[in-house]
Amino acid sequence: MSREPILTARGLVKRYGRVTALDYADFDLYPGEVLAVIGDNGAGKSSLIKAISGAVHPDEGEMTLEGKPIHFRSPMEARDAGIETVYQNLALSPALSIADNMFLGREIRKPGVMGSWFRMLDRKAMETKARDKLTELGLMTIQNISQAVETLSGGQRQGVAVARAAAFGSKVVIMDEPTAALGVKESRRVLELIQDVKKRGLPIVLISHNMPHVFEVADRIHIHRLGKRLTVINPTEYTMSDAVAFMTGAKAPPPS
Amino acid sequence: MTDTQQTPRTPQDFESAVARETAVASFDTHEKSPLERIRHFLHSSPASVPLIVLVLSLVIFAVIVGSRFFTPFALSLILQQVAIVGIVGAAQTLVVLTAGIDLSVGAIMVLTSVIMGQFTFRYGMPVELAIACGLALGALCGFINGVLIAYLKLPPFIVTLGTWQIYLATTYIYSANETIRAQDIEANAKLLQFFGEKVPIGGATFTYGVFIMIVLIAILWYVLNHTAWGRHVYAIGDDPEAAKLSGVSTKRVLIAVYVLAGLICALAGWVSIGRNGSVSPQIGQFANIESITAVVIGGMSLFGGRGSIMGMLFGALIVGVFSFGMRMYGTDVQWTYLIIGVLIILAVAIDQWIRKVAG
Ligand SMILES: Nc1ncnc2c1ncn2[C@@H]1O[C@H](COP(=O)(O)OP(=O)(O)OP(=O)(O)O)[C@@H](O)[C@H]1O
Ligand SMILES: [Mg+2]
Repeated sequence: MSREPILTARGLVKRYGRVTALDYADFDLYPGEVLAVIGDNGAGKSSLIKAISGAVHPDEGEMTLEGKPIHFRSPMEARDAGIETVYQNLALSPALSIADNMFLGREIRKPGVMGSWFRMLDRKAMETKARDKLTELGLMTIQNISQAVETLSGGQRQGVAVARAAAFGSKVVIMDEPTAALGVKESRRVLELIQDVKKRGLPIVLISHNMPHVFEVADRIHIHRLGKRLTVINPTEYTMSDAVAFMTGAKAPPPS
Repeated sequence: MTDTQQTPRTPQDFESAVARETAVASFDTHEKSPLERIRHFLHSSPASVPLIVLVLSLVIFAVIVGSRFFTPFALSLILQQVAIVGIVGAAQTLVVLTAGIDLSVGAIMVLTSVIMGQFTFRYGMPVELAIACGLALGALCGFINGVLIAYLKLPPFIVTLGTWQIYLATTYIYSANETIRAQDIEANAKLLQFFGEKVPIGGATFTYGVFIMIVLIAILWYVLNHTAWGRHVYAIGDDPEAAKLSGVSTKRVLIAVYVLAGLICALAGWVSIGRNGSVSPQIGQFANIESITAVVIGGMSLFGGRGSIMGMLFGALIVGVFSFGMRMYGTDVQWTYLIIGVLIILAVAIDQWIRKVAG
């Protein structure tokens, strides 16, 4: 890959007491690519993307976005910088509506005095936009937009979380196991969604344990092991069982 | 949906994906049983149960007590009696929505009312300034609660159990358990009794305390339902971790909730001077329990994130209607407590049932 990476991390360390979740981990994401991150349970994949998305503060290490150093103090700052994340636990508020959830933390206010003085939310605008986004992504029928998220099925919730990230991400979209809770059909839909987002030119980080999914959509595969990047492989040059062997330590990684 | 899994993707694929979206996405709208439909209705309008109970209790007392009960005068008297619980309940509502609980509401109310009185009479401060000091102190008390809960991550129950004692003890120590008499206040600092002033409208008699309760609840209803901050309060009570990850500044919102609750309790302190006439450190002993009762009967969930401030108002009114109605009916007051107790347990049971919508 000749271009400069859009997002990099060098020497990230994150310790939780005696557990070292990230042990001098490196990371590179290139423009327009789908980068899969795979690794055993507890390898530190979620910790890695949480550090990138501002949800945890690494103890050591540096990150850059488009060549400029970044130090996110909260998920909000990462979002403002254009990095959207679908967390493993989805981060939706069950009792709030689909529209409220999609706009949580970036609500639209009414124009004029009602908005600036009385801070009134523009429900209509938010619902219209949410509906447009979900329809565009083929995830929702129209009448359901003000329904509480907790009344949705697991797959539908996942759809809302993915749509939220896809709708607002302007530089990078990160998805932590977006198909974990989904059936075959819904997983397929999310994979299509990843392709759609990629077509819009956005790079995507996909964390997944599902090797067929990974090999279907990924341009490169970042293998994480024991808190650090073990290697990065090209899915056309290796098989799934190779990847699993590297990931579990059964086989030595190729020299990179 | 067609499973064209391994074929290379083309723009046509994308278009066909868009074309078949309706089929993919249509949420299962299977036939619902009447019971399920009721549950969904209650889920989406949480204040409806307490409203129905309120209307029913009004009807019951109109029947058993007769026309004496159903007069504008009697009904406006209930509102007067409910005003303070309604205001403190508004503070409790904010806290409960964040999955917290505030046991110190009554103590803040008493402390601030004593400060308003003593600052005026002991130091000869202008009464307006003394009231402002009381309101500021209420906000400070709430701020202390908020910092302990949001930043030190202590459980709200324990924090406010502690500050309840602290604020109450401070009240007794500072006031030397001394009461300021109603006549003195009336002669020298009428403004302290402002919310007790009566406003006759038709056959009914309201006080400014009733009006301020209604205005306060209306404002909070607007804020909770139509501003981003209000949505954030709900989101924090619902799932604080999710709220934080989706970009809500949870700590700042939590602090603001407790500060606002403290300020509202101080307002209740001022209103209580109007209601009692005098300033006494002995009032408001049960304000915390009464406000929690109103909140629970009002259909709010103590687990946070669910319920409406209107429900709290209806809950407070239900208690008011029962206490007043039972007294008019001339029965032992213990029956009121018994019925309130049953209502509390019923309300929580209904809440649990409604929550199963999620499952
Ligand atoms: N908040 C936390 N407190 C303490 N330990 C944590 C915390 N978060 C993660 N860890 C630990 O850090 C290590 C890495 O966890 P992480 O969630 O990043 O793994 P993962 O690769 O995402 O695993 P999985 O595939 O199961 O999602 C684990 O040992 C985990 O127990
Ligand atoms: Mg994980």
